[in-house]
Amino acid sequence: MTTSTALPEEVAKFSALADQWWDPQGPFRPLHKLNPARLLFIRDRLAAHFGRDVETRMPFKGLTLLDIGCGGGLTAEPMARLGFRVTAIDASEENVGVARVHAERMDLDITYEAATPEQLMARGVKFDAVLALEVVEHVTDVDAFLAASAACVGADGAFVTATLNRTLKSLALGKIAAEYILRWVPAGTHDWRKFVRPSELARGLRRAGLDLQKMEGVHYDVMTDRWRLGPDLDVNYMAYAKKAAA
Amino acid sequence: MTTEQRYDVAVVGAGLVGGALACALARHGVRTIVIDRLDPRVMVAPAFDGRASAVALTSRHFLEAIGVWRHVAPGTQAMREIRISDNASPLFLHYDHADIGDQPLGYMAENRHLRVALAKEMTALPDLTVMSGVSVAGMTQTPDEVILETSGGPVRAALTVTAEGRDSQLRKLAGINVTGWDYPQVGLVATIAHARSHDGIAHERFLPAGPFAILPLKGNRASLVWTERSDTATSYMAMDDAAFLREIEERVGGFLGALTLEGPRFSYPLGLQFAQQYTKGRLVLAGDAAHGIHPIAGQGVNLGWRDAAALTEIIVDAMRLGLDIANVDSLARYERWRRADNLLMAGMTDALNRLFSNDVAPVRLARDVGLATVNKLTPLKKLFMRHAMGAVGDVPRLMRG
Repeated sequence: MTTSTALPEEVAKFSALADQWWDPQGPFRPLHKLNPARLLFIRDRLAAHFGRDVETRMPFKGLTLLDIGCGGGLTAEPMARLGFRVTAIDASEENVGVARVHAERMDLDITYEAATPEQLMARGVKFDAVLALEVVEHVTDVDAFLAASAACVGADGAFVTATLNRTLKSLALGKIAAEYILRWVPAGTHDWRKFVRPSELARGLRRAGLDLQKMEGVHYDVMTDRWRLGPDLDVNYMAYAKKAAA
Repeated sequence: MTTEQRYDVAVVGAGLVGGALACALARHGVRTIVIDRLDPRVMVAPAFDGRASAVALTSRHFLEAIGVWRHVAPGTQAMREIRISDNASPLFLHYDHADIGDQPLGYMAENRHLRVALAKEMTALPDLTVMSGVSVAGMTQTPDEVILETSGGPVRAALTVTAEGRDSQLRKLAGINVTGWDYPQVGLVATIAHARSHDGIAHERFLPAGPFAILPLKGNRASLVWTERSDTATSYMAMDDAAFLREIEERVGGFLGALTLEGPRFSYPLGLQFAQQYTKGRLVLAGDAAHGIHPIAGQGVNLGWRDAAALTEIIVDAMRLGLDIANVDSLARYERWRRADNLLMAGMTDALNRLFSNDVAPVRLARDVGLATVNKLTPLKKLFMRHAMGAVGDVPRLMRG
């Protein structure tokens, strides 16, 4: 964790942006709202995978994790708090700068880097767990992205991803309602045609050498204003896969 | 920025609620510091707090879960029945624990015993730092943390809880207003020893100046909570022991045999207040700092422990997901959960006190008929009893036993 390569005015800019990213009432409110349900899926799947006890303070101590498409660090920070040695990458220099500044403010030791999974694959680095949340639906070639991500998963490692399904319901809720009616996310955030069907994801994972273990939907509960996990995969959903035996 | 360690939670106020909260958090691995302006040795001195608390069944579960009950249990008295009667009226309401199962209605515990038990537990927890004899002069909030300016130096924490009681300093510093009023009444508290056994029966008598409660303590002793008009209470406080005892004898009657005074008497002003917000940024209110109610139903400390149990549950859930424990959604959940419950109890105790603290004949007749009616309506009575036991509403996990 170091900001020594950044200029002071850049750090100030990143710090201001970090306040935005991390303001739970700010522009990233939908991600903050979604986060507990996503974290629950990740924590419980990874705890089962690695045989760890979620009632301890740092269940994943001694394990490494790669967060692909980390944004401002909304998932990387919780993973670091739960004991993982976290490396987090994002294609955007700005996101990485923001995330780095915020982690330092929170006394968390996280390695941030502006990089793509393809670059990490080329270096041959491996992690016990790899996350790619809300990234798959933004890439041009899903299979190539999954192959590069899978290459970063070490032997006996785990992979967790979250994305949006391509259904009429997700067009109505995930795209039109979220962007234009509720204005949860800026208009144009998503291209519905790039949303990924569970069958397409399963096929991509298999080709990348990952064995799909579980899929679970994430849906918004109007009554409690909270996101919950459930069997409905029609809009937002998550998947957990294991590295296939060589 | 200061370089001191950042705690997860700073609890300000190490009293019955703050101390229990600190124990509950630290027990779950939450790195906690508890700060109090008083030395614990002062708080456990017999002359510091002469009150006793009616520990509801759910509160007992909570105190058990945080390792405090085992230190207190030997000195408690199970409350098997509560007899409520109006002044010199033959009609009365009778709560018997046998109506709702074999558990007692609650336990009488002396506050000084609770304080000793909490102090013992607080020093035994590796994740708890105790800072006593330290006052808090200021509070700064940033998006990332709270910094408390204390006489022992700055303290940094992700979340600060004020459990400082009714006059919470941090609540004032945060600019959180309270709504409420003072009752023209004072609570006089004294402990008596008596010749005959109380059989674990609590009595609440509605006298014109306010309720008079005889609460059974361990051995042939009882804690008296005597609500008196503020103007006359001063003269009772000024009386010599013999005269004061005669006033007590007149109100208690002869059923406990000969009475003697044990220890000093105390007087507490009574009022109802509730904070308009339970959270502000990274500050949270708990216990009397958030709500002060009339002691008529013996619920004040029980509500505070419910706050503590609910807050612990919410913080631990957030921590185990790796979230910032002071995240807005978690704190909003605490506020929604606890405000509704506390307001309901505040309203109930206020209505009870208003109903019973007068001697207007039609009101008396109405309430006598009311008491007798409630006594005959078993389902309604059971609901009241369950409420007194703390078993109504959304009960925190730590209170389910």
